[in-house]
Amino acid sequence: MVANLGYATLIITFLVSIYGVVAAYLGARRNSHALVDSARNAMLLTFPLLTISALAIIYLLINGHYEVQYVTEVTSNSMPLYLKITALWGGQAGSLLFWSWLMSAFASAVTLRKWDRDREFLPWVTLVSLVTLAFFLILSIFVENPFISFWHTPTGSITTAMFRPAGTSLFIPQDGNGLNPLLRHPGMIIHPPMLYLGFVAFVIPYAFAIAALVTGRTDARWIRLTRRWTIVAWVFLSLGLVLGMRWAYDVLGWGGYWGWDPVENSAFMPWLIGTAFLHSVIVQEKRGMLKQWNMVLIILTYDLVIFGTFLTRSGVLSSVHAFAQSAIGPLFFGFIGVTFITSMILVIYRWDDLKSDVEMTSWFSREALFLLNNLLFFGLFIVIFWGVIFPVLSEALGIVGQKIPSLSSIFTGQKVTVGPQWYEGIVWLPFAGLLLLMGIAPLSSWQYSTAKTIGRAMWKPSLASLLVVIGLVLVGFRSLPALLGFWLCSFVIFVTFYEFWRAAWARHHARNENLLLAFWFMIGKNRRRYGGYIIHLGMILMAIGILGIELFQEQTQGTIPQGGQIEIGQYTVKFDSLSVFDTADGRNVARAVVSVYKDGRYIGELHPRRDYYYESQQPMTIAGVRSTPEDDLYVLLVDWQPLSTSAATFKIYHNPLVWWLWFGSIVFILGSVVAAWPSKEPEMVMVSKSIPETSKA
Amino acid sequence: MEEREEAQPKSGSRLKFIIGGTLIIAAIVYLVISSTKANAQYFYTIDELKSRGQSLVGQNVRISGAVVGDSIQYDPQTLALSFTIANVPADNKQIEAQGGLAFVLHEAVTDPARTRMQAVYIGPKPDLLRDEAQAIMTGQVGEDGVFYADELLLKCPTKYEEAVPNQVAP
Repeated sequence: MVANLGYATLIITFLVSIYGVVAAYLGARRNSHALVDSARNAMLLTFPLLTISALAIIYLLINGHYEVQYVTEVTSNSMPLYLKITALWGGQAGSLLFWSWLMSAFASAVTLRKWDRDREFLPWVTLVSLVTLAFFLILSIFVENPFISFWHTPTGSITTAMFRPAGTSLFIPQDGNGLNPLLRHPGMIIHPPMLYLGFVAFVIPYAFAIAALVTGRTDARWIRLTRRWTIVAWVFLSLGLVLGMRWAYDVLGWGGYWGWDPVENSAFMPWLIGTAFLHSVIVQEKRGMLKQWNMVLIILTYDLVIFGTFLTRSGVLSSVHAFAQSAIGPLFFGFIGVTFITSMILVIYRWDDLKSDVEMTSWFSREALFLLNNLLFFGLFIVIFWGVIFPVLSEALGIVGQKIPSLSSIFTGQKVTVGPQWYEGIVWLPFAGLLLLMGIAPLSSWQYSTAKTIGRAMWKPSLASLLVVIGLVLVGFRSLPALLGFWLCSFVIFVTFYEFWRAAWARHHARNENLLLAFWFMIGKNRRRYGGYIIHLGMILMAIGILGIELFQEQTQGTIPQGGQIEIGQYTVKFDSLSVFDTADGRNVARAVVSVYKDGRYIGELHPRRDYYYESQQPMTIAGVRSTPEDDLYVLLVDWQPLSTSAATFKIYHNPLVWWLWFGSIVFILGSVVAAWPSKEPEMVMVSKSIPETSKA
Repeated sequence: MEEREEAQPKSGSRLKFIIGGTLIIAAIVYLVISSTKANAQYFYTIDELKSRGQSLVGQNVRISGAVVGDSIQYDPQTLALSFTIANVPADNKQIEAQGGLAFVLHEAVTDPARTRMQAVYIGPKPDLLRDEAQAIMTGQVGEDGVFYADELLLKCPTKYEEAVPNQVAP
C-alpha cells in the first residue's frame, strides 16, 4: 500500500538522519574523514527518501484515496489536478512533510559543494541540518502523520490510525471535504512554497554560523560562504510575503493587503531580523565589526523561522490563518528553547573571539549607519513581537498594573488584542527612519564620513526631492504624513539614480566606454552593491504604493437598483445587470455587470462576483478591479435581493497608487537576481583581498 | 557592542553611539505605550461587560457571543443589521473543556437564562451570520446598553481539519 510505503520511508529517513547526526559528531571529534563522509552521504540520502514520501502523498491525493485522512481533508473529486497536487501543502500534516522535503533538498545542495578549504565546517553543517530535519520528521511521524487512515470499528464508529486496529475494516469515504475555496487562488498556491523556501534557506547560514562557533573559525569565512544563501532565503521570504499580501488583496475582500494578523507577523519577524542580518554581515566583511551581533541575528532568524512555522501551524493565537489546532505546540517550544539556548551558550563561549577588530569612530561612517539600520530593524521586530505576545501576556500581567498605577491602563489583567491601528501608530517611525537611511547610507563611506562629506554628496538629490515636495504642496497636498513619506521616497530615488549615474559616468570617462555599456559593466563589477540599490528602489516603489493606499484610501457602500449609480472620488459606478447561475465545478455564481465612468467618461465594465461553493458551503467574494498605476477601483458585490436580481449592494474602494506595491516587488526580485547572480571571479581572489582589510587594526 | 580597549581613537565615541541608540529605543518605547493606551482593545465577555455597567460606555472594546438566529434583522436599503448575542466564555481552553465551540455556541443560544445583548452593525450582512455562529466584534457600548460594532467577525465551527468526514460508509 502506498500509504504504508510513504510512512515507512519517513521512518527510514528519520533513522538515517539520526545516524548522520551521530556520525557527523563522532567524525568531527575523532577527526575521521570516513565518518564525516558517511554523515554527508546520510544527508544526501534523505532527499531521495523524502521525495518518495512526498510522491506517495501526491499519488494518494491525485487518485482520491479518501481512506487516508489527509486526502479527505484537503481534496475532493471536483478539484482539478493541479489543486490536488498542491494540496500537498494545503493542510498541516502535508505542509510539515513538504517543509522537511525542501529542507533536505537545500541541505543536500549545500553538502554537494566543494569542501576542500572548509572541511572542518562540513560535519557541523551536516549535524545542524540533520537535527533540524529530524525534528520535523518527529512531528510528521508521531504527531502529524499525513498517512493515517480511517477505520470502521465493529460498533459502527469511525476511528483513525496508521495501522489497522484489531477488528476493524478500512473506511473509504466517497468524496473529500475539498480545499478551502479561499485558498484556491494562484497567489495562495505558490505563497506557502515561497515562504517555506525562504524559511528553509535561512537554516543554511545558521548551520554555518554554528559550525563557525564550534570550530572557532569565527572570521568572516562563514559569512562569505553563505552570502548567496542568505540573499536567496531573503528573496523567497520576501516573495512569500508579497504573494500573501496579493492574495489578501484579491481574495479577502476588505480592500486591504496586510492585517497585522499574528500569522502574517510570524512570517514578517524572521524577515525583519534576516534583513538586518543581510546588512550587518557586510559590516563584518568590510570592517571586521559586529561579529557577536551577527551571530545573535542569525540564531534569532533561525528560531523565528521555527516559531513562524509553529504559529502558522498550531492555532495558539486566534487568526484567520490558524485553521488548525494541534498538539505540536510543546514540541515546537521545546525545540526552539533548546536550539536557542545551545546556540547562545556557544556564542558566549566564543565571545572573546568574536570581538571587533576595530572601533567605530564616526557617526556618519557607513558602518555606523548600518548599525542604525540594524537598530531600527531590531526595534521593529521587538514591537511586532510584543504585539504578538502582548495579548497572551496581558491577562497574566494584570499584577504589574496593580503594582504600578501608571501602567494600570496597559496591564489591566483583561484579555486584549492589538489591531492594525496599534501597529500603524508605532511602525511608521522606524519605517521612516529606514527610508531616510536608504537615502543617506549609499552616500557615506566606510570608516570615516562627516556631516560635511555627506552633505556635499547629498545636496543635489536633497534639492531635487524638496522640489518634489514643493510641487506636491502646489497641487494641493496638505497631509503631513504624505508629504513626509513622498519626500523620503523621492529622496531615495534621486540618491539611487544619482549613485548609478555618478559611477557609470566616471567609468564612461575613464575607460571611454559608451554610457550604457559602462552602466552594464559597473553593475557586473559590484553586483551585490548595485543589486542592493535596485532592491532599495523596489522597496521605495512598494512604499509609494503603501503610502497611497494607507493614506488616501476611500470607501463607500450602498444598495442600488438596476440602472442606479454610486459615486466615489472621480468615479461613477453604474449597476447594469446581475445574473445567477450554476457552474459545472459545483459553484453557484452571482455575477454583476457594472459600468465605470471617470469624470463622466465611460472607461469600461467590471464584473464583481460571488461564488458559492456547494461542497464546502462557503461563499467567496471576487472583486471587480480596475488597476492602473494611478489608482485601483475595487468593486465588491456583497449582497443582492434573493428573489429578484434588480437591486444589489456594493462596497467600493478607491485605492490610489497601490499598483506600485506589486510593481515594486517585481523590481526587488530583479535586484535580488542581480545581487545573487554567481560571480565569475574565483573565490580565492576575493578572500586574499579581504584578509589584509580585516587584519588592519 | 565594541569592547576592545586597544587602538581606539576616542573614548567619547562610544558614549555618542549609546546615547543615540537609547534615544531611538526611547522613542519606540514611547510610541508603544501611547499606542497601547489609544488602540489596544480589551476583550470582554457579555457577562463582564454587563457587570461593569456604565464604566465602559463609549470605550473601544472587543466582545464575543453566540448569534441568536431568530433575532437577526437586516434592512438592505440602509444596511442596518441588528441581532442578539448570548454569553459564551472567552477562553479557548474553557470552551474546549465544555465540549468544543459548536457545543458551547449551541448551549448558549438554547439556554434562555444566559445573559444576552443587542448588537447593531451598519454594513452588508455577512454570509456567516447565522444561528449559533460566534460573533467577535469591536465597538462601543452605548448609553442604551446596545453594542455598536465597528467591526464584525464571524466564526463558524469549521468542517476543515475535522476528524471524521460527513460521508456515509459505502
